[in-house]
Amino acid sequence: MIDIGLGHYLTLGAVIFSIGVIGIFLNRKNIIVILMSIELILLAVNVNLVAFSIYLGDLAGQVFTLFILTVAAAEAAIGLAIIVVYFRNSGTIRVEEIDKLKG
Amino acid sequence: MIAHAIFFYTFSLIAIVSAIMVTASKNTVHSVFFLILDFISISCLFIMIGAEFLGMIMLIVYVGAVAVLFLFVVMMLNVAQQKNQWFAGQQSSRHIPVGLIISMLIFFEIIIVIGGWKYKPEIFDINNSINQTSISNTHSLGQILYTDYIHVFQISGMILLVAMVGAIVLTFRQRSGVKRQSYIKQISRERAQGVEVLEVQSNKGVKIDD
Repeated sequence: MIDIGLGHYLTLGAVIFSIGVIGIFLNRKNIIVILMSIELILLAVNVNLVAFSIYLGDLAGQVFTLFILTVAAAEAAIGLAIIVVYFRNSGTIRVEEIDKLKG
Repeated sequence: MIAHAIFFYTFSLIAIVSAIMVTASKNTVHSVFFLILDFISISCLFIMIGAEFLGMIMLIVYVGAVAVLFLFVVMMLNVAQQKNQWFAGQQSSRHIPVGLIISMLIFFEIIIVIGGWKYKPEIFDINNSINQTSISNTHSLGQILYTDYIHVFQISGMILLVAMVGAIVLTFRQRSGVKRQSYIKQISRERAQGVEVLEVQSNKGVKIDD
């Protein structure tokens, strides 16, 4: 318990990942919260990568965390832009009422 | 070692509780603030474990840019009043057991994988080792980021550019009734269009803008 190792960080990552998945499944009201859950999942992946990188002594994990950070920022910007356009066109972003996005 | 354990448990507890609150809180603005708290505590963990550069970058990118973007969109769309209830109607409560089962399955799979995991250091040949303790984390990260990973770095820059262009194109709209500057009209104006030479008669004056 006192000796913090790799397993502790991986468990933290697993817990946050599962909370993100629960958030995607259980949230039925607001699509912005679903985007935030996706950010939580990416955060859990980052925790795993950094923990492995530190404990194995290999810097590649931190480099890939940097790239995941980049992609997550781009994804958040695009997703929020799509949500803004959808809200402007249909006046709602509630999850049950979004049924116009085909394909 | 004790201090490491205390800090780890404190920050991870804050991170897990705020992650739960992101999905569970009724107000969307509150979920954004809990998301910010989550990012801050995880970046504290990163700094503590030895990845200082990533911790700081996480603070700048996530807290400074992404979370503020979320907050901006939530406040602009004015969805904070739409309460975000889990157990609101009969229709929505059907998903809850399915979601719980699937996420618990994923969680236990990951835990099983972690529990059976063993690392043998002689198997892998590690190239980018961080054994040099004389240089800082940022320094060593920069040394391999701009040499070994330069193409991936360039591609991530392209991804950011495409994301920026895409976001602008998606949200751009032409409003009617907004006065705009037309550079072409301004530049191509001739003297003959702007100035008129008149012969002014006495006691008559000049008619302007008839």
